[in-house]
Amino acid sequence: MSWQFTWNLATYLFWKSIKIASLLVSISFISFLLVKNSPIDPIQAYVGADMLHVSAEQREKIEEYWGLNEPVIQQFFSWGSAVLSGDLGTSMIYRLPVSEVIGERFYNSLALMITAWLLSGIIGFSMGVIAAMKRDTWMDRVIKGFCYTLASTPTFWMGLLLLIVFAVWLNWFPIGMGVPSGVLAEDVTMMDRIKHLILPALTLSIIGVANVALHTRQKLIEVLSSDYIVFARARGEKGFTLFWRHGLRNIVLPAITLQFAAFSELFGGAVLAEQVFSYPGLGQATVEAGLRGDVPLLLGLVLFSTIFVFVGNLIADLIYRVVDPRTREGQSYAAK
Amino acid sequence: MQLSNLRVFKQKLNKRQRTLLVSILFSLILCSVVLTGFLLNEDRIATNLEVRNASPSLDHLFGTDWLGRDMFSRTIMGLSLSIGVGLIGAIGSACISIILGVVAATMGKVADSIVTWLIDLFLSVPHLVSLILIAFTFGGGFKGIVLGIALTHWPSLARVIRSEVMQVRSLEFVQVSKKMGKSRWWIAKEHIMPHIIPQILVGILLMFPHAILHEAAVTFLGLGLSPHEPAIGIILSESMRYLSVGMWWLAFFPGICLLIIVRMFDKVGDHLRMLIDPHNAHR
Repeated sequence: MSWQFTWNLATYLFWKSIKIASLLVSISFISFLLVKNSPIDPIQAYVGADMLHVSAEQREKIEEYWGLNEPVIQQFFSWGSAVLSGDLGTSMIYRLPVSEVIGERFYNSLALMITAWLLSGIIGFSMGVIAAMKRDTWMDRVIKGFCYTLASTPTFWMGLLLLIVFAVWLNWFPIGMGVPSGVLAEDVTMMDRIKHLILPALTLSIIGVANVALHTRQKLIEVLSSDYIVFARARGEKGFTLFWRHGLRNIVLPAITLQFAAFSELFGGAVLAEQVFSYPGLGQATVEAGLRGDVPLLLGLVLFSTIFVFVGNLIADLIYRVVDPRTREGQSYAAK
Repeated sequence: MQLSNLRVFKQKLNKRQRTLLVSILFSLILCSVVLTGFLLNEDRIATNLEVRNASPSLDHLFGTDWLGRDMFSRTIMGLSLSIGVGLIGAIGSACISIILGVVAATMGKVADSIVTWLIDLFLSVPHLVSLILIAFTFGGGFKGIVLGIALTHWPSLARVIRSEVMQVRSLEFVQVSKKMGKSRWWIAKEHIMPHIIPQILVGILLMFPHAILHEAAVTFLGLGLSPHEPAIGIILSESMRYLSVGMWWLAFFPGICLLIIVRMFDKVGDHLRMLIDPHNAHR
């Protein structure tokens, strides 16, 4: 790696970090305004059913204590400075600091998302390769039809189907929850966790396959019609050797970057899959926060998901720039 | 006999005619589903405790639920509601993307960078999270979901329109007609519009499936339409309570109908693209 390359990379990362900072600031501002305009009363959401016992004076006191009677901009700044110092506030429904809730939930979601991400990537990639290598045969048609159908399948319905088949009919897996109910936290074994993970992960993987498979198929077909493949064919290479020597290295990079860039859909899918299987991850926390008016948690999750998606895109970008020698040479890395 | 006739009939048509036929057929089916949904009498889903929890039969094609309501009628009504909400949202979204796309491409560098920044901003939060946020802001319900869909689906189409307009603007004949003293409005009307209108139409059509799926998803999560509406998301989320006792038909049929409807929209959009823009679609 030359000095020039490192320098370029540094400027690139510098621009990227400015970009994420500006994104985060504007997103938190917009979401803050949105949440403030919600008809859901934060005090009622906090107090819940005991609202009848809260008198008007007490209400005013709470409002003053929380700073709800200040102008919105000032509220935003006090919330923003707290966030900058690392304090995201306290979740109303879990009665825990938001960062703690997100941290714990993220751990659960991470297991789910990594499994689904890897599975859908590998399976989707192989499906795309098979379809392209056997182009216009029945296999290609089956894979293509399957993928197009998957692309219009509602994620949550896929989850419900798997639930019916594997949990209700075959009784192989438990119906929901991250851990078995009625068991102490210390007694939950790794096996239990894995058992509860399989169905949601399967749902996410099945849905995620379509995109990668179709994309890989398209790319490989393009590669297969190129001159060097024609030349290789003329030399007598065919089948798997041909793919291994000339196809794979040309299509693996776009597929990997596509998978990283799909973090946004992965997160969205996880929200639905977790809701169906009542798996205690980030997605379920998002839904709960939205349903029950937990403003600090909702804002924290919006910021977190933004960072999550941004990191995915950044990795995709970096892989392209660092790994692919063609884009490395003689190009400026300054942000576009 | 009938089938072989159909096959012969199909072979007589060329590819273009077949595409046209399929699109018209699917559009008719979609229209009829929407119309039936709106015209169906509320009595069709009246509570009838005598036939509750019935599995699918000839009387009740999709079975009945725990209140004895006919699932087939509920599904059709739910579908038409979901399609309606999806359509309104997608059209709103298309309006936003047309305005922003054209503004970005024609009003100079500052406007362009603002719009590109906005696109990046909206793409940087997962769709579903921003949908939940917007639905929360408007307290759920019809307004929340329509606004949510309209505000989250525009970026990709706006991007397409922006690059399309920019490309057409830089073409030679547009440059020539600019030099010949034609007004901006004339150029926009005579040169740019005919090029981008088909793209926009197809873009809107291909947006419907996403809009419908997202509507169903948000409603399923409980942040969309109210539980009293017969929406498909409501039906599916209610069915979750009855799955463990083996009432699979509550979830299976509504879901597969939704899948078929979404797939049809997708197909119609794809086919239309082939008809309007054959060069790019077949590439």
